[in-house]
Amino acid sequence: MTTTHRERVLTGETVWGTLTLGLTAWFVAAVFFFPVFWMVLNGFKEEADANASPRLFFEPTLDRFREVTTQTPGLLGFSEAFLNSFWVVAVSTVLVLALAIPAAYALSVRPVRRWRDVLFFFISTKFLPIVAAILPLWIIARDLGILNSHLVLIILYTAMNLPLAVWMLRSFFSEVPRELIEAAEIDGTGLWGQITQVMLPIVTPGIAATALLCVVFAWNEFFLAVQLNPVDASTVPIWVTSNVSTRGNFLAKLSAASSLAVLPVVLAGWLAQKRMIRGLTMGAIK
Amino acid sequence: MPLLPALLFTIVITQVPFLFSIWYSLTDWKIVPPTPREFTGLENYTSGYSNPFFLDAVGTTLAMTVTTVLLSVVVGTVLALLLDRDFPGRGVVRTLLITPFLIMPVVAGLVWKNQMFSSVFGVFSWLLETLGFQAIPFVERWPLWSIIVVLVWQWSPFMMLIVLAGLQSQPTDILEAARVDGASSRGIFAQITLPLLRPYLELGILLGSIYIIQVFDHVEVITGGGPGSTNVPYFVFQRSIGGGWDFGQASAYAIIVVIASIIIATFALRLLSGLLEGHEVA
Repeated sequence: MTTTHRERVLTGETVWGTLTLGLTAWFVAAVFFFPVFWMVLNGFKEEADANASPRLFFEPTLDRFREVTTQTPGLLGFSEAFLNSFWVVAVSTVLVLALAIPAAYALSVRPVRRWRDVLFFFISTKFLPIVAAILPLWIIARDLGILNSHLVLIILYTAMNLPLAVWMLRSFFSEVPRELIEAAEIDGTGLWGQITQVMLPIVTPGIAATALLCVVFAWNEFFLAVQLNPVDASTVPIWVTSNVSTRGNFLAKLSAASSLAVLPVVLAGWLAQKRMIRGLTMGAIK
Repeated sequence: MPLLPALLFTIVITQVPFLFSIWYSLTDWKIVPPTPREFTGLENYTSGYSNPFFLDAVGTTLAMTVTTVLLSVVVGTVLALLLDRDFPGRGVVRTLLITPFLIMPVVAGLVWKNQMFSSVFGVFSWLLETLGFQAIPFVERWPLWSIIVVLVWQWSPFMMLIVLAGLQSQPTDILEAARVDGASSRGIFAQITLPLLRPYLELGILLGSIYIIQVFDHVEVITGGGPGSTNVPYFVFQRSIGGGWDFGQASAYAIIVVIASIIIATFALRLLSGLLEGHEVA
């Protein structure tokens, strides 16, 4: 049965009906995408063009992109913010995987006693509002002298993404055929060997999808970054807001900065969209 | 035990601050003006939940969360139904539709505020003027709704992905049988598709609620807590490190939020538990 036939059976539509609805889908997608398109477009404008009644045609310029990427002494620069974000996101994601892979193994392949309770404990921490913890976090970080450092964000982003990663990886791990692991065990392979030699080759796509979601959430995070880290180790979201000015026109500049800021995550999300759904639902839906 | 590092890390980072919060909430601790910290028992709670501003923030949070989640589910379902067929460029359409969800919340808020809603150079006001109406300063006139529109824009793709997963899990043979028996498209949707979608819709509603109840970034960049748009997270922030510096009182508010979240979470976990049983081999 071809896909087209299957779809038609499912929806009971004529070819013309499908076409009309397809066109509708295209139209709706264009409307949804418009703000993003407009943002990118404005990034290529002169301030005078961006701060005029909306126009589609104009003389494009790369000057705004040059402006926002040029370092001004004393201000948070583009390269600084991107490097800060890169380190915080990369290290926290590696940490999440290092903690979550063994944990997911212990919750799926060789379930520990009360594994269900453990799993629900992890996810229950996602329900605690961060705002309720920000005050003690701020005070603890200050007392430990790690306020305004990469470290504080790395620790908190790891904690933020860990529950999601454990749930997601558990769901991928539970698909590995048990016979494979038992065979490896009979051959005398230890725990580390079982994970690296048997599991990892099979679940690599799942691990990649998990890592991607951790990157998305950490890259976009603003609240913790701005509360705990507003000065020395500022990340990209803070850099974006620093382009809002109370004096003079800033729309084109802000658009250029915003376009650069969202680019890495949007590209990554586009590439991995098919796997994203599973992570978002904590592995409950495949 | 391979589980321990992750478990210990999570307990230390998420539970310890919470215990601190409980302690702070029972004290009279202000930074500005500096006062000696004294144990005041439940005073912060009794004065807290009768504070009209706090009650307003609770109302705003409820309105924001319920409206956003319901609208996102409706829009997301419509989008998913549109995508659940074969048509030219389907992959591109889906890619365009999921993009809003990937946009950094701070950027989404700023772009909408300055380039869509603005009465001076916003696209909406330009449209209104072109059609012969007057420009409207959307954010100033409808602060809460402006935030809700941006949230719905970002969360509808999320709901769409979940509903799409549900639609594609429908067993083809049942639909085919219904069609052979002469059931109408509307009848099939109401009597077969919707009941099958129910767990997916519930999951979308619950996960969406968890995230949207915590919204901070959009409020910060769109209205800065302007009239009628301060939700509880923003309120707690304002009362503590955002300028109020009344740590004792703010902590009490935070604990009230946690208790409310636990109540919601209990329902959510029960649902996740059901999905765990239903869709996976444990």
